[in-house]
Amino acid sequence: MNLLLGSFTIGLILALLALGVYISFRIFNFPDMTADGSITLGAAVAAILLVHGVAPIGATLAGAAAGAAAGAVTGLLHTRFRINGLLAGILVMTALYSLNLHVMGRSNVPLLSTATLAKEAEAIGLAALGGQTVFNCFGWEVSVSDMAMLVFACMAVVVVCIGLYLFFRTNLGTAMRATGDNPQMIRALGVNTDTMIVIGLALSNGLIALSGALLAQYQGFADVQMGIGMLVWGLASVIIGEALVRSRGLAMTIVGAVMGSVLFRLMVAIALRWGLNPNDLKLITAVFVFVALILPGLTARIQRRKEAVVMSSLTSK
Amino acid sequence: MLKIKGLQKTFNAGSPDEVQALRGVDLHIEGGSFVVVIGSNGSGKSTLLNAVAGGFLPDAGQIKLAGRNVTRWPEYRRAKLIGRVFQNPFSGTAPHMTIAENLALAAHRGQAHGFGWALSRHLRQAFCERIRALAMGLEDRLDNEIGTLSGGQRQALTLLMATWLKPRLLLLDEHTAALDPKTADQVIHLTKAIVAGEGLTTLMVTHSMHQAVNLGDRLIMMHQGRIIRDITAVAKKRLRAEDLLEQFNEVRRAEQLDPGTAEMLRALYV
Ligand SMILES: Nc1ncnc2c1ncn2[C@@H]1O[C@H](COP(=O)(O)OP(=O)(O)OP(=O)(O)O)[C@@H](O)[C@H]1O
Ligand SMILES: [Mg+2]
Repeated sequence: MNLLLGSFTIGLILALLALGVYISFRIFNFPDMTADGSITLGAAVAAILLVHGVAPIGATLAGAAAGAAAGAVTGLLHTRFRINGLLAGILVMTALYSLNLHVMGRSNVPLLSTATLAKEAEAIGLAALGGQTVFNCFGWEVSVSDMAMLVFACMAVVVVCIGLYLFFRTNLGTAMRATGDNPQMIRALGVNTDTMIVIGLALSNGLIALSGALLAQYQGFADVQMGIGMLVWGLASVIIGEALVRSRGLAMTIVGAVMGSVLFRLMVAIALRWGLNPNDLKLITAVFVFVALILPGLTARIQRRKEAVVMSSLTSK
Repeated sequence: MLKIKGLQKTFNAGSPDEVQALRGVDLHIEGGSFVVVIGSNGSGKSTLLNAVAGGFLPDAGQIKLAGRNVTRWPEYRRAKLIGRVFQNPFSGTAPHMTIAENLALAAHRGQAHGFGWALSRHLRQAFCERIRALAMGLEDRLDNEIGTLSGGQRQALTLLMATWLKPRLLLLDEHTAALDPKTADQVIHLTKAIVAGEGLTTLMVTHSMHQAVNLGDRLIMMHQGRIIRDITAVAKKRLRAEDLLEQFNEVRRAEQLDPGTAEMLRALYV
């Protein structure tokens, strides 16, 4: 049960990462590699501020703002200096590795003795249940601290999802979606696509850094290595989500990204339980994304071949 | 309304594939006139329209639109003054967004994009009425993705979008070339109605002899990056398809002379 709760919580926290990746990859069609750096940046900034006694909510938002700034830099490198989008992201990601070390001052910042959002959520949960540390949930013994964090992560994700949905229906949000869909058309309608890309990447990496800040507080430390492979992780979540909802509508794809993230985390937890070597996790994630990317093309080709066989058998008769 | 002076553009300058797409174009269009542009492939028609829309900056020359010098303005800024329909039906709309969303973007052409709702009930109502007038059965499909529509339906919508807010100049670049004859006719009818109804200043490129003869009040012919014929007023009204073919043949004959002589003849007679 605790495994399940933990997977759900991490899945929800990483859903914010998935939503960020969804914005850059799907809405803007922009292969943004900044993610691996910005998720760590969010964690690093939040952690160091917490250590220095800043209130958890302020530290978390500062982490997200730092990520947004990193995303804006990637956007500016691409739009101002006409650097290839992939390369612009890689440049910022690489630079962020050093920057994150500077922010943290060392490669790992523990948060065991500082106030965090996780501890605040736990305190609220304990107060609400009159000091019980364990309670009965449909016959299972559940620790209040685990449950409190899950509820908190859930609320954060719901707020972000609704916020994103509403935002993408404003004039600005609609212009952003059109920028990814048909830049030529939206320029002819008077929108500066460069500005849209910069704002969009800032929004995307802000969410990714927010995810990092929450993750650090949940697991109790920030680590300079924690971002490695996170982009691919987010992409896997988005792809699973799309397969789940099978719709291109705005609301459904947002919900899909969240569902994809939670489901993917659960699958990984189960695989690890069954004895998957944790060292193989990133390899398997990469292979999974690879397969998911080529699968639609592959099935279409097989379909066509089948049809061709049917056609030729018909004509030969 | 539109004043173009000495416009020049060379693509890939200094390389083996150098193309002098515009070699000094002068054009002066009065407000409210409908100008048809014809010319052989590669004569620079699209390049001229692109230069006016701001797709690239010219090497030399000046573009004045509605009294403002827009020569150095970026494309998105000129969009406030210009409505545009492309040759390719896929170019003018965002395929994965709905009809209503596409129209909403057009209803804000050239305005600041803030946090107001893109779609209001009032706006939807207006879209619905306007689309019903197209008689293409699209009024019940406001929330369908535009990617699911046919090329003709898309071009009709793009035309609506380009003119939703009255533009100071409407640019049409072979906007019916990718359509079957019947649909092309429909879109041309719509074009005529909108241009006449709103009194729009229009610059339209076409390859159709029929359209060139029947549409507009002025016709210009381009060749090798220059305007070589400019037929206005009464002469345009009297113009028949045979006259146009004759003009084309004349150009072709001139081309068979050596370039220097052709240049000289052009200087003398055009
Ligand atoms: N972006 C570009 N880069 C390089 N060359 C270009 C570019 N755009 C146009 N050209 C060249 O400029 C010349 C004029 O092209 P343009 O598209 O204006 O012709 P057009 O009159 O519209 O022809 P068509 O009737 O085929 O549409 C052509 O030789 C074309 O190859
Ligand atoms: Mg052309």
